Amino acid sequence: MADILLLLVGAILVNNVVLTQYLGLSSLMGAGGSVQPALGMSALVVGVLTLSAGLNHLLYHYLLVPLELAYLRTLVFILVIALLVAGVDLVLRKREPLWHKRLGTQLPLVAANSAILGVTLLNSERIDNFFIALLSGFGAAVGFGLVLILFAALRERLMLAAIPRAFQGSAISLVTAGLMALAFMGFAGLV
Amino acid sequence: MSLLSAILVLLVLALGCGVVLSQLARKFGADEPALVDRIDALLPQTQCGQCGHPGCRPYATAIAEGEAINRCPPGGDATIRSLARLLGQAPLPLDPTHGKEDVRKVAYIRENECIGCTKCVKACPVDAILGAAKHMHTVITSECTGCDLCVAPCPVDCIDMIPLKNEHQRWHWPRPDAAEARHQLIASDRLHEARA
Repeated sequence: MADILLLLVGAILVNNVVLTQYLGLSSLMGAGGSVQPALGMSALVVGVLTLSAGLNHLLYHYLLVPLELAYLRTLVFILVIALLVAGVDLVLRKREPLWHKRLGTQLPLVAANSAILGVTLLNSERIDNFFIALLSGFGAAVGFGLVLILFAALRERLMLAAIPRAFQGSAISLVTAGLMALAFMGFAGLV
Repeated sequence: MSLLSAILVLLVLALGCGVVLSQLARKFGADEPALVDRIDALLPQTQCGQCGHPGCRPYATAIAEGEAINRCPPGGDATIRSLARLLGQAPLPLDPTHGKEDVRKVAYIRENECIGCTKCVKACPVDAILGAAKHMHTVITSECTGCDLCVAPCPVDCIDMIPLKNEHQRWHWPRPDAAEARHQLIASDRLHEARA
């Protein structure tokens, strides 16, 4: 139990995908500056990343490695992620049309999210236990969602702040992200 | 050998993904939302709720799931006909339990009688009434759909529904008399008539 907790804390805070591994920055910047869509997108990423962590782990260890095709994993993982996002798109459109309308524009950001591909690629070498892979995928996704929501909230405030003209737009966003990364370095000794 | 297996694995995986997606699409009916959109486009967007649904889109969803097409009084005969054509059904007469077809109207607030209670503002489904508490309200005519929903809540009865005059944006040729039109049909009309 303590192991699981440590693993989750490590994946969410200490080895945060965005702020210590610098994955998924494009979707972080592209997700826009308000909390509501960020919440939806975090939920999407948690779902897709957890599922793809599990699926990719199974594919890698029970299909690609036995056939000595480990070098194909990038291609295969992209395929799996695209499949999951397309599936979510279909199901959402039918079951929750309002949600689909709200999140539809962000689905490509999830599909082309380097955080998802990066986490599954990194985990495929490091982890050989299905359950641990699933859990660390989930933890990474929660960490991504957390940063996404925090960052969106910060940008909501930045919108009202008096920013020098030279810093406006993506410049101040990047500075903010850098400061957030500095803050997250404080978690380094936690696990 | 290894190259062959690589190609084979990718092919099989891609095929598997395709099959899964096509099954999902079949199960969740990817085309149905498009149908709802097309039905919604034919409805008059008054959001009046006379059909028994809270707005036009919910009614469009209900029609897509099999509800009767003759429950929209503001759309009237014209809407029922175009819905029937879209869905391949026979056009029905308007269901009188939901109301009767009327000329298009627009709400008008007699402004010196308005007490600024904001009740009509809350009732308006399309946000066409402008005003704040204890200030006079008024209707944005171009946004008003003439749905009548603001008339009942008004405590001082200062809202009139005024029939819209025919202006050139809304003017249509009067429909030809059915008996007279019968021998003026052209070949492509016969098809529609046979289908109707």
